[in-house]
Amino acid sequence: MEKFTVLRAIAAPLLRENVDTDIIIRIDRLVGAGRRSELGRYAFEAWRFTADGGEDPGFVLNREPYRRAGILLALDNFACGSSREGAVWALQQRGLRAVLAPSFGDIFFNNCFQNGVLPVALPATTVLAIARQVEADPEHNQVTVDLLRQVVIAPDGAETGFAIDGLRRRKLIDGLDDIGLSLQHEAEIAAFQARDRAERPWLWAVEQR
Amino acid sequence: MSGLALFDKIWRAHVAADLGDGYALLHVDRHLLHDLGGGRAVMDIEEKGYRLRNPGLTFATPDHTISSAPGRAGTTATAGRLLDDLRRLAREHGVRLFDVGEPGQGIVHVIGPELGLSLPGALIVCGDSHTCTHGGMGALAFGIGSSEVTHVLATQCLVQRRPKRMRVRFEGARRAGVTPKDMILYLIGRIGAAGGTGHAVEYAGEAVRALDVEGRLTLCNLSIELGAKIGMVAPDDTTFDYLAGRKFAPGGALWERALAAWRRLPSDDDAVFDREERIDTAAIAPQVTWGTSPEQVIAAGERIPDPAAMTDPGKRRAAEAALDYMGLSPGAPIAGTRIDVVFIGSCTNSRLSDLRAAAAVARRGRVAPHVRAWVVPGSESVKRQAEAEGLDRIFRAAGFDWREPGCSMCVAANGETVAPGQRSVSTSNRNFVGRQGPGARTHLASPALAAASALAGAIADPGALGG
Ligand code: SF4
Repeated sequence: MEKFTVLRAIAAPLLRENVDTDIIIRIDRLVGAGRRSELGRYAFEAWRFTADGGEDPGFVLNREPYRRAGILLALDNFACGSSREGAVWALQQRGLRAVLAPSFGDIFFNNCFQNGVLPVALPATTVLAIARQVEADPEHNQVTVDLLRQVVIAPDGAETGFAIDGLRRRKLIDGLDDIGLSLQHEAEIAAFQARDRAERPWLWAVEQR
Repeated sequence: MSGLALFDKIWRAHVAADLGDGYALLHVDRHLLHDLGGGRAVMDIEEKGYRLRNPGLTFATPDHTISSAPGRAGTTATAGRLLDDLRRLAREHGVRLFDVGEPGQGIVHVIGPELGLSLPGALIVCGDSHTCTHGGMGALAFGIGSSEVTHVLATQCLVQRRPKRMRVRFEGARRAGVTPKDMILYLIGRIGAAGGTGHAVEYAGEAVRALDVEGRLTLCNLSIELGAKIGMVAPDDTTFDYLAGRKFAPGGALWERALAAWRRLPSDDDAVFDREERIDTAAIAPQVTWGTSPEQVIAAGERIPDPAAMTDPGKRRAAEAALDYMGLSPGAPIAGTRIDVVFIGSCTNSRLSDLRAAAAVARRGRVAPHVRAWVVPGSESVKRQAEAEGLDRIFRAAGFDWREPGCSMCVAANGETVAPGQRSVSTSNRNFVGRQGPGARTHLASPALAAASALAGAIADPGALGG
């Protein structure tokens, strides 16, 4: 997994609530999709393109310098809906490594940490204040997400701390794979299963059918 | 010390290792795989050199991409390949597959309860956000991403952070013609699509106790539309009666032991929740969505809201964009809006009771000539039972298409779509932009309202249709 420590990048304001994962990546783009690397071009498809297939210049990620954004600014409940991890991959393939929003869809939030993408929950007022500064000069008014110090630095230098639990922080900084870590608990898993077979045998009876 | 909630009891019983910081390595009792992700996950496992730890606790069925055309005529090459992956999973890794045409095949969230795989007190996961549905059995069930699917295959466990707890009490009784779908849409309309974010939601109260199991599954199904990845209802005699004798439910002495344990699951009287909501059930009327988020919902007898009257700027902008996409005018009554498509199906509303409710309306008329109306049963078993009751004949006689079980037009992953600009009334759970196909306009509603709308050729409250 790609490590995440400090990211300074252009931030793109997508100031909408309840942006869902169907909008981020359509299901038919994921069905049988060969490589993750192909997904970037389909990110936000319904908003990026007009009916005739041309790019909609009104959509933020179609405009310079936002096309090169590494950070997305969004409002409440970002990436709600489906569990599709393709939503994270699509953002990642567009070069987006962090999303700042007041709240996130629960499953998307988890999926981010499996892929080295950092979702940061910040108050709506902070996101909007950052967006205003960015919009004044998006190329130069860049935003910094510092996971080591756990702060977001607005273009004007104002710092906002954010909470992240130790486990997730460590995994991102070291780029650690979840499965490998969990397999270190193999003895505990085996002990749990042995105990559970005795205590709740009805859950295990399916193995015989 | 305060008592424990249903959620706490199940969570505690599944901690294989405490990882600190509120994290636990949780044991998974049932892992469900489907065609969209199953094959890929197994390839992941093989590539990384892990073994499938407990194939006997893993079950698979095709649903998302498989054609629902009679005889599965529309199966695409991709869908065929994904199905082959599942078959290989069964053959080479010992996972139980419910294949096409077999009883047991169907939408994962329909077959779990129906087969008795989804049990009270069990921890159930699946790479699909509507896994919350199984919470209707008194299980702790939630959707996971594809990395997590691979993790479960390799370890039979999952790293999770404990969510907050929320309880929603539906007090009082439902009015006639009001369905579980209306209850949950109404709740989402009240507290918003982010209202449950970060929480495990328990639905309680008189109106929930009164629901049959299928109704509870519908209620829990839309938890994710409330922002909550977990929804649950405490198990009771209704649950136990439903489960008794099902194929994978425990039998004999094991059943008695299980029952004793299940009776201890409901939340203690002094259990504490981080958030409580109370809904006056008698205030709920049949619901229909008007926008592109499930929170944009009104009663079928109401008028389309005017964004200009909304004080919250975020909500106003969202409403303007939604009305524009949906091609609707503020202030107009939603009933009478002309439609093109009706879809009765999905893991929300494709069980036998749903099809009965739709058939009861369908027998009163004929589908309007300009409407394409589909009924897609949730599983092979539902299909067979419905046919045994003659529901298929009622639907066909009224001009509905009677199709093969699967997700179909709920997600448009199998080429079954609503055409751009067309308007559909759907019993599914998501009205997102492009969900039923690029440019498709979706109104979510109950099976009865969907059937009534098919006959009227426009959005119609079944109660107002006349006999
Ligand atoms: S019916 Fe729709 S919501 Fe349910 S599992 Fe299938 S695609 Fe997902």
